Amino acid sequence: MLNGFLALLLCQLLGELLVLATGVPVPGPVLGMVLLLLVLIVIKKTPDSVRLVSEGLLRHLALLYVPAGVGLMVHLEMISQYWLAILVALLVSTFVTMLVTALVFRLLGKFSGPTKGERSGLVRPQGGER
Amino acid sequence: MEFWVYFAAKPLFWLIVTLVVFMFASELNKRSGGTPLLHPVLVAMAIIISFLLVTDTRYETYFEGAQFIHFLLGPATVALAVPLFDHFERIKKMWLILLVACVTGAVTAIVSVLLVGLMFDLPEGVLLSLAPKSVTSPIAIGIVEKIGGFPSLAAGLVLITGAMGCLLAPLIFKLLRVKDDAVKGFTLGLAAHGFGTASAFEVSAVAGAFAGLAMGMTGLLTAFLLPVVISLMGFN
Repeated sequence: MLNGFLALLLCQLLGELLVLATGVPVPGPVLGMVLLLLVLIVIKKTPDSVRLVSEGLLRHLALLYVPAGVGLMVHLEMISQYWLAILVALLVSTFVTMLVTALVFRLLGKFSGPTKGERSGLVRPQGGER
Repeated sequence: MEFWVYFAAKPLFWLIVTLVVFMFASELNKRSGGTPLLHPVLVAMAIIISFLLVTDTRYETYFEGAQFIHFLLGPATVALAVPLFDHFERIKKMWLILLVACVTGAVTAIVSVLLVGLMFDLPEGVLLSLAPKSVTSPIAIGIVEKIGGFPSLAAGLVLITGAMGCLLAPLIFKLLRVKDDAVKGFTLGLAAHGFGTASAFEVSAVAGAFAGLAMGMTGLLTAFLLPVVISLMGFN
């Protein structure tokens, strides 16, 4: 368990150092994720300790967003002025984004052989069940 | 009063408040049938913000305690490598389609939110804080710091986007008749980052893995694409 946590922290640290060294505009933990993935690919399995800690953290991912979210209180004045526009912009954009993304899969799925459709198919022909 | 001041000044108090309020919000969400309208993070945020305002506490004071939870976002982001590795074979087979979907989706997210914002004449600082709204908050904060918006506003908008994504997802999957968990997960992770990933894990482990992948890819791509897109749209 502790080994696993240490492994995550070391990957994060290496990621942060890489960001400092190269100046890429990406947060350290994201590079840390890439590093850990590379390590897992090389050793061909996930050590139990890493799995235990990772699954524990990911199960409670939502909690980890609360402290940053409370930071919204610093901007309450601005939000009360523009809240409607902000909400509409977020809602429309989120809807369009998801629609476009799912459509890309649908369109490309038609051209890319059986690998995509293997799990009960992302491509549904028109006029299927409603 | 003396006791209250001493007590509240201790970081431990705000750490406990965060945990207790979140547990309460999760329970509330469970009892209401898991509706994203009462997303535990949004409910917890609302309760804690109200509490801080009522007790006249500064955000900095609160964060002294809450930072210990916030800190775990780093290792949790690294931990996403585990579900990714679990489903690596499938990801390898689909890499091209995933890349195309990610670039298209990420650009759509930026352009569409800016266009609607421009229609409403939002000031530039707010627009720039809206731009990375589909990106996981640690990355969004980094991006907004670079392009000149308000980082903490961006962090909050990202969370609201996340809840909206969870709310809209079932509608869109029904509309387009999406059946594949991988596509569901990827769409959720792309548009709704960590919230989408959390709710994708509730669909299945495959959905969760693809959501984590989409969240990571969208974060990476947006970090590079966003400065280009906003300069093309005439900002800065």
